[in-house]
Amino acid sequence: MQTHQRTLLTVICEAVLEHKLEQALEKLGAPGWTIADARGRGGRGVRSAGWDTEGNIRVEVICNRELAQNIADYLHEHYYANFAMVCYLSAVEVFRADKF
Amino acid sequence: MGLSDPVVLFFLLGFTASLLKSELKLPASLYETLSILLLLAIGLKGGVELAKQASWSLLGQSVAVLAMGVVLPLLAFPLLRVFGFARADAASLVAHYGSVSVGTFAVAVAYLAAQGIVFEEYLPLFVVVLEVPAILVGIVLAKGIRRDTDWKALGHELFLGKSIVLLIGGLLIGWIAGPTGVKPLEPLFFTLFKPLLALFLLEMGLIAASQLGSLKRYGVPLVVFATLMPLVSSVAGAGLGVALGLSVGGVAMLATLAASASYIAVPAAMRMAVPEANPSLSLTASLGITFPFNIVIGIPLYLQLAQWLAATL
Repeated sequence: MQTHQRTLLTVICEAVLEHKLEQALEKLGAPGWTIADARGRGGRGVRSAGWDTEGNIRVEVICNRELAQNIADYLHEHYYANFAMVCYLSAVEVFRADKF
Repeated sequence: MGLSDPVVLFFLLGFTASLLKSELKLPASLYETLSILLLLAIGLKGGVELAKQASWSLLGQSVAVLAMGVVLPLLAFPLLRVFGFARADAASLVAHYGSVSVGTFAVAVAYLAAQGIVFEEYLPLFVVVLEVPAILVGIVLAKGIRRDTDWKALGHELFLGKSIVLLIGGLLIGWIAGPTGVKPLEPLFFTLFKPLLALFLLEMGLIAASQLGSLKRYGVPLVVFATLMPLVSSVAGAGLGVALGLSVGGVAMLATLAASASYIAVPAAMRMAVPEANPSLSLTASLGITFPFNIVIGIPLYLQLAQWLAATL
């Protein structure tokens, strides 16, 4: 089966941002996304998910490179200063080009 | 004293287990379920009472209690600034302390019941009244009244948060159904209130102790604030209770409400509205220090205060 190059944007951030993040993804035109609960440790301490405000989420978006960059820029501008957030891009191969 | 009450012992069990780094961990969904049951139980109980005696004087009392929820944070804010807390952090802290903790209220309900002391059953109404105003005061203190605050999203967060929906929902259901209608619900919500509370407090002990790790970072001023603020607020709450003509139990409950600090609704709201405030500072204070302080030492103390006021005035 033929594959196509796309970009996977992964965002790990505070669970409290979930709703706002979904609004932003919708506005910026992300074709779809997957969200899962996450926990771990980083620059802002242990995020144990043992408490409502202490949980993390992991958001994955597969889209074209330009859009992924746009979303990353938007997140950087709005949330990096005050929230625990990590965001990175990776190249992925998808089977259905029209879906992403 | 409060220490011999089994629900407080459950709290201490969780607290100690967490300090000793035990493997004990309750499933997150159990904690969710317990908090839903407790919120509904408290709401229903208040609603049933409203069905018996809703009145204009109750509305007047609610307005006075609401005023307390606005004034206390306004008074505490300049003090925190003097102690060197940043503006956003001070605003967030006073929002937590002006609002209320339903968990603390539930422990006070159980404590008074164990002592055989009655109180005005409509007091859950005041829990609802006190939950929101301090958050608004905190936001205005942090940012001023600015256009860029998304008030619509904030209103949604404030008035449709889990605790407000369940408390008001419980109040309305209790009010509409009345005492006879609610009777079939009694085994779960009222008879099992204390066992549910015990399990809830086991989890609260685990969580509260896990906050202590960050205590070292914030030092003495935070500890002083987190123990003095409830004491000062409790005196204000007790004074208001006496002025409103509440019974000894009612005065103790209002003192407890004033002394308690939020750790659910306010952290979530402040995180969105004032993101520059350090969330772990307020949570360490309200959950790590004030909550344990109130349920172990505070509540018995507030009852004594109420009894002393009743005897002297």
